[in-house]
Amino acid sequence: MATKYDWPAVEDRSLIGKRHHRVDGPEKARGAAKYSYDRNLDGMLVARLVTSTVPHGRIIGIDTSAAQRVNGYKGHVNILNVGDEVQWVGTEILAICADTEEHARDVAAAVAVHFEELPHWVKDEDVKKAGEANRVKPAKDDTKGPDLAEAWNSADATVEGYYGLRVITHCCLEPHGQVVDWTGDDITVYASTQAVARIPADLAKGLSRDESIGTISADNIHVITPYMGGGFGSKFNIDTWGIACAKLSKMAGKPVKLMLDRNEELMVAGGRPSDYGNVKIGAKQDGTLVAYESETWSTGGIAGRGSPPLPYVYNNEERLAQKARHLNVSTNIGPARAWRAPNHPQAAVLTMCPMEDLAAKLDMDPVEFFKKNADLTARPEVYRYEIDKCAEMIGWKEKWHKRGDSGPGPVKRGLGLSLHTWGGRPHDSTCEVRIQPDGGVSVNMASQDLGVGTYTTLSVVAAETLGLQIPDIKVNIGSSKLPISGASGGSTTVGGTSASTRRATVNALEELKGVVAESLGVEAGDLVAKEGKIFAKSDASKSLSWQDACKKLGTRTITGHGKQPDRDGGKLNDSGVGGVQMADVSVDVETGVVTINKIAAVQDVGLVICLEQCESQVYGSLIQGVGWALYEESIYDQATGKMLNPDMEFYKLAGAGDIGEMEVHMVQNKYDDRGVIGIGEPPAISPGAAISNAVANAIGVRVPTLPLTPDRVLAALANT
Amino acid sequence: MSSNKPQDGPVRGPQHEPREGFSRRTFIEGVGIGAGAVGALGAPERVRAAGNDVLGPDPVSITLNINGKSHDLMVEPRVTLIDALRNRLDHTGAKKVCDRATCGACTVIVDGSPVYSCTMLAIEAQGRRIETIEGISTEDSMHAVQTKFVEHDAQQCGFCTPGLVMAGKAIAERNPRPSMADVESGLSGNICRCGTYVGVRKAVYEAARGESA
Repeated sequence: MATKYDWPAVEDRSLIGKRHHRVDGPEKARGAAKYSYDRNLDGMLVARLVTSTVPHGRIIGIDTSAAQRVNGYKGHVNILNVGDEVQWVGTEILAICADTEEHARDVAAAVAVHFEELPHWVKDEDVKKAGEANRVKPAKDDTKGPDLAEAWNSADATVEGYYGLRVITHCCLEPHGQVVDWTGDDITVYASTQAVARIPADLAKGLSRDESIGTISADNIHVITPYMGGGFGSKFNIDTWGIACAKLSKMAGKPVKLMLDRNEELMVAGGRPSDYGNVKIGAKQDGTLVAYESETWSTGGIAGRGSPPLPYVYNNEERLAQKARHLNVSTNIGPARAWRAPNHPQAAVLTMCPMEDLAAKLDMDPVEFFKKNADLTARPEVYRYEIDKCAEMIGWKEKWHKRGDSGPGPVKRGLGLSLHTWGGRPHDSTCEVRIQPDGGVSVNMASQDLGVGTYTTLSVVAAETLGLQIPDIKVNIGSSKLPISGASGGSTTVGGTSASTRRATVNALEELKGVVAESLGVEAGDLVAKEGKIFAKSDASKSLSWQDACKKLGTRTITGHGKQPDRDGGKLNDSGVGGVQMADVSVDVETGVVTINKIAAVQDVGLVICLEQCESQVYGSLIQGVGWALYEESIYDQATGKMLNPDMEFYKLAGAGDIGEMEVHMVQNKYDDRGVIGIGEPPAISPGAAISNAVANAIGVRVPTLPLTPDRVLAALANT
Repeated sequence: MSSNKPQDGPVRGPQHEPREGFSRRTFIEGVGIGAGAVGALGAPERVRAAGNDVLGPDPVSITLNINGKSHDLMVEPRVTLIDALRNRLDHTGAKKVCDRATCGACTVIVDGSPVYSCTMLAIEAQGRRIETIEGISTEDSMHAVQTKFVEHDAQQCGFCTPGLVMAGKAIAERNPRPSMADVESGLSGNICRCGTYVGVRKAVYEAARGESA
């Protein structure tokens, strides 16, 4: 049943689903946007961490006496103490502060920490060796679907192969960190965070663990984050450095800035688990998949982590016999943090790559093979449509050839594809919309914009609802004093915040209509707000401009409230989407260098609010995907236990010249009635598998492990 | 037993190296005469020419010409241009990200050329014309590159954006008819993590060529 909160019908939408420029675009392009790192407060001190230099050990001595004599020293707090164990290089041990950044470096360098070293292990790909080092633990052993033995008997073709992805790191350009200004009872935190509303309680809890500080109320903590420089899943908590920064501020009676150093950022503040596995997959001669079996392992640091949902997308439990075992490898590397679509990019590689290999063995076009088995997915209709659309965009029919049939010459061209899915359910959100007598409208909530477009989407929702334009709306987010809204993770923000904003705006408008109805002498239910006016449907001459309508409020400000979830609040959002991506690559078989010619992506997210920012999320995912498919890996040295590339020259990201052509198609006006579903994760899943499949198609052999660096490509060619 | 205690020696001053990884000094020595290193290596010669034997470690008085305005400040000789801009002058548009001449987030224009301000000492920037992102627009009017960045949604989190805008401006000023390959080459010293290059390439290409959308 339709409610007043439902999204307007397609013919009534003037803004939703259209292309709009980012409302905070000019501020960012002008370099005027203030990030946490940019805060320079009066008298501010600069803090730095002192971290573990050993991958595993016990702290036997911390000597700050020399540090305290260094010019500019202002204080230090311990994070760990003598007797505590460290489990990776870069573990936070203490934080120091000084009057300048240069002096802070001097002070930190003068702290001496002594360790009793303990045995360490940082290697994850060779599971046998890790097992011998007693670092492997079973994590999952699931058997589902039809009888596995029977299924294997019924298979006409099987493929057994090894596939994997290395540990990568988030490398947020604005590192983790914050400025804390502790004045009297009030603690102001400029935090680089994905969770503005969560940080006060997180910090209060962390501080209250320190007996010398006592109980701190989250109400006294104000988090201010209008802009933040990248999170990708790694910035949900205050972390040890945030708590230490607050303690230093209290101790010094001054604001303190603590932003991680680049090498700390790469070693300890990011990390997507690896995944490796032996996969067996079987189909009948006509291409019907019958069985999938995997034994996989991964590391995400000392706690293991990283169990991928296998088999991925093609996982119908009634028709596909399936078995997935997973082992966790415990390593002394920086602990994993959530990365866009946790475990899904790995699952895509471990499913879509064996499927491509099986298609090649069956002598089938993978597009036909992936489509034929779409009934094994949760969204057969979506995927079939998207595969066809994507194939058209990449020119599959014209360009695809059988595996390895790439013609003469050293440069081989190939195509590959991958499918993905994600939930993207809405998070909880509360919103307050204000309408002022001067016509001003503000949308207020303690949400955040990670660069995904929250300022813009909320402007669009409020403007559409009120019949106004985007510049008429002021969006206030990035402050924990505003109505509480969820953390931005798991593609939950746009669904949650757009729904609470829609409801709050509808409620506020209703109140305004009540006032206007009286002055126009019509029923409130007869009024509509459109094109900057409020007028009667039955008699358009009974009309007031938005400004004049608001003037009727006198000195009263209307506040409308909305929340998500809301049982009576209409059908505004949903979860569960599908997407397809295809890659066109060239591989030089003499140098092993892979070049991206083009990547095409088709994505369903229910109702699109802002087409431009939605597409940007997909482009960004593809570009990041080129990075981890071809270049990115955190390289650890077993002898020293150290990460060898915690910097940006040897931890390689994709550049503007590495990405080829990119084409994105958002599915619109097809599944709009499902409401809004998040976009952050889904397109970030498939690039690695699609690119790996394209390389296999080009050179005729599978390069088993991502990133597909020249050495790995040449090694795979040498093995044929 | 292991220790992170540094070698015996002074605990202050520019000769004191960070604990881990490359130091800026060994990096500069390692790469030889790179674009960013020229200035740093020139420092002692200039100082001697001025009749001084020793510079630092205590702060020295310098004057920087930024966006056409003269700024007097006291900095230790080891302070980089990025740190002088951000920490002393509150010009926070340029960002400190890799801090070793890789990512371009700190890009400013010095005497017409894009420069990694993390790898130029503030003292070396004296007497030179420094242009930062703050100097190329006002609240009411943006540079063509900036306008195109907004039009093509060439930014997400926006942290790399000021550096890319400055690199884009330098490309546009040097070549009014760049090919897309020229644009990619000109942007190759800047890294974005969110993945905005599709918009960035279009923005710089059109801005350089004076094309409307």
